[in-house]
Amino acid sequence: MQLTNRAKKTDKSELSLFERSYLPSLATGLGITIRHFFMKKPTIQYPEQKRYLGPVFRGHHILKRDEEGRERCTACGLCAVACPAEAISMVAQERKKGEEHLYREEKYAAVYEINMLRCIFCGLCEEACPKQAVYLRHDKFVPVFTEREDVIFGKDKLVEDPNNRYRRDAWTKEDAMKLWKND
Amino acid sequence: MKSVQYKYRPEYLTISEPNKYKAENLQSEEMILNLGPQHPSTHGVLRLEVVTDGEIVVDVIPHLGYLHRCFEKHAQSLPFNQTIPYVDRMDYLGAMNSEHAWVMGIEKMLGIDKEIPKRVEYIRVLVAELNRIASHFIAIGTYALDIGAYTPFLWLFRDREHIMRLLEWTTGARMLYNYIWVGGLFYDLPVGFEERCQSLIEYLKPKLVELQQLVIENHIFINRTANVAVLPLPVAINYGCTGPVLRGSGLRWDLRKVDGYSVYPEIDFDIPIGKGEAGKVGDCWDRNNVRVLECFESIRIIEQCLEKLNKEHKRTKEFDPQAVVPKKIRPPKMDFYTRAESTKGELGFFFRTDGRSDVPVRVKARACSFNNLSVLPEIARGGMIADLIAAIGSIDIVMGEVDR
Ligand code: SF4
Ligand code: SF4
Repeated sequence: MQLTNRAKKTDKSELSLFERSYLPSLATGLGITIRHFFMKKPTIQYPEQKRYLGPVFRGHHILKRDEEGRERCTACGLCAVACPAEAISMVAQERKKGEEHLYREEKYAAVYEINMLRCIFCGLCEEACPKQAVYLRHDKFVPVFTEREDVIFGKDKLVEDPNNRYRRDAWTKEDAMKLWKND
Repeated sequence: MKSVQYKYRPEYLTISEPNKYKAENLQSEEMILNLGPQHPSTHGVLRLEVVTDGEIVVDVIPHLGYLHRCFEKHAQSLPFNQTIPYVDRMDYLGAMNSEHAWVMGIEKMLGIDKEIPKRVEYIRVLVAELNRIASHFIAIGTYALDIGAYTPFLWLFRDREHIMRLLEWTTGARMLYNYIWVGGLFYDLPVGFEERCQSLIEYLKPKLVELQQLVIENHIFINRTANVAVLPLPVAINYGCTGPVLRGSGLRWDLRKVDGYSVYPEIDFDIPIGKGEAGKVGDCWDRNNVRVLECFESIRIIEQCLEKLNKEHKRTKEFDPQAVVPKKIRPPKMDFYTRAESTKGELGFFFRTDGRSDVPVRVKARACSFNNLSVLPEIARGGMIADLIAAIGSIDIVMGEVDR
């Protein structure tokens, strides 16, 4: 039956002796296979090789510090309210005298926990935060955990390392296209 | 050891009970076969209780609920905008379309649907159509896998991956986007998206033709699917089928045209229907053919959206995708039903609000996969067991949406 005129007609004429030895078809088939060895592979070797995921990718949470290295979070609880999965919990504390170099606001989160089993990585906490404190990193996934105790990420895992500040790169078009090309 | 000599003699059977094995006293009964819930060809956790008579399927009873995640209860206890990530998780292959349906309903309830900037609407349609292609690729790829072709599966996943990466770059997540918000979008399109999307379309066009050659016009595929699991149009309508299942049976019914929501009326596209070119109208082949043709139409829509985004509704510094996002989403007291054409059919949401709280009193989701699945006993009855597998795949169910 003729559905479109795109289908290829097959040649049904009788094979010659040379063709019947199947050597030419064997060579053609092997040629295709060998050509594929040298083609660009659609897969990548994952743990060694990583893909650029985009400037807004929602991965591991991070609690940002400000330019002077003080924690930005003021424990207002807006992220916990905005969270549809109720993954965030915190305990607020007053800042004492002499702690001004640690916390930016008068109030800070003494405990800030995210339950990574509950979190659905929607990004609503990031959107809700008035102090630009909580972000979802674009360059890091939440690691695999094998123990139930490991799933609650406290401040030790969430607060930004002052020596290794987190930046979101590739906001310009050239940067983005360059990273895409390497992909 | 002495080997036991056994010789079958029919008359032995009749010595003790002379009449039992006479031909007129023999009985046969139907066998019940359980298919699933872990069977790979049931596309998720669907259990089918199949009543068989030899190789013939006498009846099919689908058992649901293995993936029930209380979507409706969640939606009734969360504010409207916080439910969007959960709407994604209903039909996880076409999440953008589900979001679009949900968000449109709330915007209409609030009465802000006319204020949404045109650029936002075009972006919504663009990403929804990209997602539709990705969803149809999975549908066709896994279907080909079900009936024994491995190559289309791998090729389509390779091509789908390009769409997924584009959406990941745009929205920040691979499948569960949370991108379309009430009154706007999470982010504007990233800089350079237009070029990237254009090159993706150029890549996809020959691949779609290749897909047609590889699957749709393949003789083995035609022999396997034509005249199998025929769904006549009256049955499809009675069971509430929508989407490619209904269009495969030959009715030109597409909510994008019928309701004309969002900017679809401004866009020029056709609705492919099943014509029974390979066998009868409404067979498995027709349904899959409609899906492939829809991919071509989606590409047309995407091209027109891109043109609009490049020319009329350009990216500007002042453009804020969240400009009309309402601070508080509290619709007046009403009952409201909204619907949109998702990848698998009509996805509808019914809301009942009391006007006093931020959460709806009642939400009901009309899932297209659920209604499409209900027709399965009708089309599988009387066929072979092997054709049952072909029938399940051709109606393209996502269990996350069936069970919600
Ligand atoms: S990403 Fe979403 S689910 Fe996760 S903590 Fe933030 S708001 Fe909650
Ligand atoms: S992270 Fe932001 S929203 Fe959450 S408590 Fe801290 S300041 Fe408030």
